Amino acid sequence: MPFVPHTEQDVRDMLGVIGVPDIETLFDEIPAALRCGELNGVPEALSEQQVSRLMSRRAAADGEPLCFIGAGAYEHHIPAAVWQIVTRGEFYSAYTPYQAEASQGTLQLIYEFQSMMTALTAMDVSNASLYDGASALSEALLMAVRSNRKSSSRRVLMPVNVHPAYRKTAHAIVTNQDIDLVEVAYDPLGGHTALDSLKAHAGEDITALVIQQPNFFGVLEEVDELTDWAHANGALVIAVVNPVATALLKPPGRWGTEGADIVVGEGQPLGVPLSSGGPYFGFMCARQQHVRQMPGRIVGRTVDRDGRTGYTLTLQAREQHIRRSKATSNICTNQGLLVTAATIHMALLGGEGLRRVALACHANTRALVEKLGNDYIRPRFNRPYFHEAVMSSALALPRLLRPLYAHNLQPGYELAGDYPELADCLLVCATETKTEDDLNLYRDHLARVIEKQTSAGCPVQPKMA
Amino acid sequence: MNETPDDLKYSKSHEWVRVNDDGTVTIGVTDHAQAQLGDLVYVEVPDEGRELEAEEACAVVESVKAASDVYAPLAGTVAAANEALADTPEAVNNDAYGDGWLIRLKPADAAAVNALMSAAEYQAFVESE
Repeated sequence: MPFVPHTEQDVRDMLGVIGVPDIETLFDEIPAALRCGELNGVPEALSEQQVSRLMSRRAAADGEPLCFIGAGAYEHHIPAAVWQIVTRGEFYSAYTPYQAEASQGTLQLIYEFQSMMTALTAMDVSNASLYDGASALSEALLMAVRSNRKSSSRRVLMPVNVHPAYRKTAHAIVTNQDIDLVEVAYDPLGGHTALDSLKAHAGEDITALVIQQPNFFGVLEEVDELTDWAHANGALVIAVVNPVATALLKPPGRWGTEGADIVVGEGQPLGVPLSSGGPYFGFMCARQQHVRQMPGRIVGRTVDRDGRTGYTLTLQAREQHIRRSKATSNICTNQGLLVTAATIHMALLGGEGLRRVALACHANTRALVEKLGNDYIRPRFNRPYFHEAVMSSALALPRLLRPLYAHNLQPGYELAGDYPELADCLLVCATETKTEDDLNLYRDHLARVIEKQTSAGCPVQPKMA
Repeated sequence: MNETPDDLKYSKSHEWVRVNDDGTVTIGVTDHAQAQLGDLVYVEVPDEGRELEAEEACAVVESVKAASDVYAPLAGTVAAANEALADTPEAVNNDAYGDGWLIRLKPADAAAVNALMSAAEYQAFVESE
């Protein structure tokens, strides 16, 4: 869908037709006190050449470091064909069309995306996507409260090992809707959510349990027993999953006896570049019985009056442009462009390709954990992990890592900010993009820094030897 | 012209009320309302035992073009809900005053039903809308 800006003449013609002297007049019913005034912070327009220079300079400032940070966004190889196809004129738009504007091609693409997501998660239905993983979890909480009619408590068990940013977003969105997020501590040795930590809530009215697989620490949860416990206690199960990991692990639709009820996650690992944190997209799948409480748009396949296949938005009656304040959500859309990339990415890799990516990520992270381990650095948790692991340092972490940053290496995500009890702990990730040389470079840099900081004259002694 | 049986009472939000012999009332949406909604694809009814205030949203009727709330014409406790509509929402279109009933209510105040409109008053109300 091309975007053609209005010329001054277009604007004058339109104002003339409706009999209004200028655009300002269209807004005159908004009291002056409520208006934020001029946009003084917006600089003068630049020429294309000036913009190119500016953006190149800013891109160079990133330094393209060798990145071992995951923590919710992951560096993966994206086949060149993905964005070559996405940027074709037929697809390339930041705008997500409404029903009347959506072409059959756009609708079919979303339908294919939904089909792929249901296949990946082993769920019945998928929506056309949401803003990002964090807002997708919040939508899932609201959906669970609407859907679980056996529960009236609006209490959701939220393990502390769910992504901290997702938990903050959930607090911002759902606490004013009288939903109570009850924290569940993680096992101090395993980093997982132990079944025993849930048992304190047995017999209580619980609306839903959130399970992140793998959890924020990269640790694998015992999803079967957690799911069965939740269902036995009348709670729905909201799964937060990494789509790449899901290609390898048991899909949430088959967790426990009945499977998860709602599945959400961050779609970025499917063909979306890191690009300083966004735009990304969230995904959401559910069991058929919850479909009417699912927010966002869902594309369905049907036939026209001549029997030809056609695609259309379906189950629209509860969307915000129809139901206003009673819509299933008033803050959601789908992320058309990113979903286009994800669909092409998944189509190019196929199920087997995605599985191999997951295997390579896991193998690389295991190799990294092994290489990094020494007298001062060791894995913090003793449970299996996917493609991230928490490393605990006997040396003060900020001082240890500073020289690595100077080597243009991002060694991992420091956990002290989100988890004060995990001071001097680092969340590391090595996806399939890392080579043996990359891992060795990290190991060697780190070993040199440790040697310098612990050699004679330095009072620090190993704590964990 | 849509059907408006004389033996029922009506609300301004287009629900009908039938007083049963056992003192409960049966509630549904009027023939006029179902015609305005179009083909229903889903009906959500409240759970038995739920306490309803008068004019509280208590059910949802969803057609191909909109989802609309159904309001309790009077306060009371839900004695029964028409669960069969989950599989046959079209009953509301085909038989709004019969198989398309939504809930049976035990009224908090049996006299409250007298405040509702008669068939003639409802017809006049619909024409004036």
